[in-house]
Amino acid sequence: MLSRTADNLYWLSRYVERAEYLARILDATQRLSSMPLAYVGSSNEWESAVLTAGCANAFFKQYEEANEENVTDFLAFSTANSSSIRSCFEMARSNARAVRTALTMEMWDSINGTWLELQRYGNGPTSREEFSRFLRWVQESSLRFDGSAYRTMLRNDAYWFSRLGVYIERADNTARILDVKYHLLLPDNERVGGPLDYFQWAAILRSVSALTSYHWVYRESLKPWLVADLLILKEEMPRSLASCYEAIVRNLDQVAGSYGRQGPAQRQARGIRTRLQNSRMDGIFQRGLHEFISEFITETNTLGGAITEQFLI
Amino acid sequence: MSGQSVPHDIYVHIAGIDIVRVDADTFYVLEDNARTPSGVSYMLENREIMMRLFPELFSRHRIAPVENYPDELLATLKSVAPLSAGREPNVALLTPGVFNSAYYEHSFLADKLGVELVEGRDLLVKNEIVYMRTTQGLKRVDVIYRRIDDDFIDPLTFRPDSVLGLPGLMSAYQAGNVTLANAVGTGIADDKAVYSYMPQIVKFYLGEEPILKNVPTWRCREEEHLAYVLDHLPELVVKEVHGSGGYGMLIGPTASKIAVEQFRAKLKTAPKNFIAQPTLALSTCPTCVESGVAPRHVDLRPFVLTGRDKTRIVPGGLTRVALKEGSLVVNSSQGGGTKDTWVLDG
Repeated sequence: MLSRTADNLYWLSRYVERAEYLARILDATQRLSSMPLAYVGSSNEWESAVLTAGCANAFFKQYEEANEENVTDFLAFSTANSSSIRSCFEMARSNARAVRTALTMEMWDSINGTWLELQRYGNGPTSREEFSRFLRWVQESSLRFDGSAYRTMLRNDAYWFSRLGVYIERADNTARILDVKYHLLLPDNERVGGPLDYFQWAAILRSVSALTSYHWVYRESLKPWLVADLLILKEEMPRSLASCYEAIVRNLDQVAGSYGRQGPAQRQARGIRTRLQNSRMDGIFQRGLHEFISEFITETNTLGGAITEQFLI
Repeated sequence: MSGQSVPHDIYVHIAGIDIVRVDADTFYVLEDNARTPSGVSYMLENREIMMRLFPELFSRHRIAPVENYPDELLATLKSVAPLSAGREPNVALLTPGVFNSAYYEHSFLADKLGVELVEGRDLLVKNEIVYMRTTQGLKRVDVIYRRIDDDFIDPLTFRPDSVLGLPGLMSAYQAGNVTLANAVGTGIADDKAVYSYMPQIVKFYLGEEPILKNVPTWRCREEEHLAYVLDHLPELVVKEVHGSGGYGMLIGPTASKIAVEQFRAKLKTAPKNFIAQPTLALSTCPTCVESGVAPRHVDLRPFVLTGRDKTRIVPGGLTRVALKEGSLVVNSSQGGGTKDTWVLDG
């Protein structure tokens, strides 16, 4: 297939995934920030939302203060922020339009419908209730797009590249949450932070839709190192780093199988996955959780570059 | 293009000839479209919609199908691949991109043909061979069905500011390593002054009288013709020789006195830019309009495919209809519509 088509499909999925991720972060932040200070401490949740979204620099160029109004506007509706939910959907739709024939009818209807609906939201909601509805709608739109791709696309390179976009983006997003909140997950944190952090841990899990899964996997109350274990090493947890890399390797292998050759992207991805498979949480804590995550983010970026280099240009 | 030969000596692979009917038996060729005729997607989509809306009509009448047009087009394009191409020639459709008004048709056709829809930036020329960038590396392109005008096709040869085309395409073309459909320069046949010579051209090359007549045409560049046209302006249709889309023309009988006089002045300043024809009583077709069903003027554009092996035509075409009452301008850019066109089989 044309490199440009593959590139468009890859980024189409990345943008939709990113929009969903932003909606989850905003949702979790809204919850945390509406709790009494005695339960969550005095940290500025809105600032950490901006950090987790990875656009602090751009944000503080435009605003003095990270408060609810500024952050929701910037992360959800701003046209100045190229990674806002609005911008993500706009770009997803323009990517989709450029490769209209590579999409199934269902995928096009889903992304085009989302874009049309987005126009209805205008410059933002008028109340918290409406904003909550908006965030739910964003997540549902992403689910609809993902589901229509899964159910209707031919299983060929077009499908694999679009999946790669989802999992590279997801791996990056989960790693970013961990990067911003890693200090809450250190093993000695339970003593340091005590029950104050309980709601923070819950919020982390909620932002990756894993609160219920946690209880099923560990059958324990929330423990920071188990939260880290779930999000980093548990392959059965759909947004964990390990699970994302299982999927990245699988889809890259499909591409390699159909093209009859392996390349740098496949080798790099397999390298990262093997390292995740061979890691234990205590080892990661010993070497430093923060260092581990920073390194992971860099490696995922490098892999993204290798995929682009090998297939998309 | 002078002195340059093209693969298999075929220049116009896809022709869209506009035909009008003036009485029960008389058809005229109104215009030739040999550059990049458009509208075939309407022919295909109109039929799909009609079959969905009126299935009982289709079972009662025997209507020849047009749905095989994409297959015929692909066969035509493959047949004209250069000799240096492999056994399975690679065909691509070259579009200016999503901002072009006909982009829908380009993507629709690429989809139906099962060929890649490429933009200039997807292609590159190496050693006078055209390649496209794919996820598996470079892949040779043998036939380009191009929907970009000559001017923009290669910034090294034509407009240097074009970002739509492919630098070096003409060198590959001149080396005979790629077929362009239609050939560069075919737009000359769309010129309305050239049109007026077509019966003589047919006779010269084929030694036959053309079966379809041309509309009698006065070339204003010739003094006698000009004098006649100026004398009869209110009865005539005057068109610019390079015009298209129904712009820049005068329809004498329906124009105001002022418009006629304004046009007379334009005509006198640059007579060679114009031709004139009698105002034809175009046939009409029942059409749904706001007030109900009413007659509206139509013309017909069948699509003629010329390959190395044979000439192909599907039984149908694009019927364009002037939706305004009494109007003779059927162009879609001027509010014209389209209609499904049936050829009844036995």
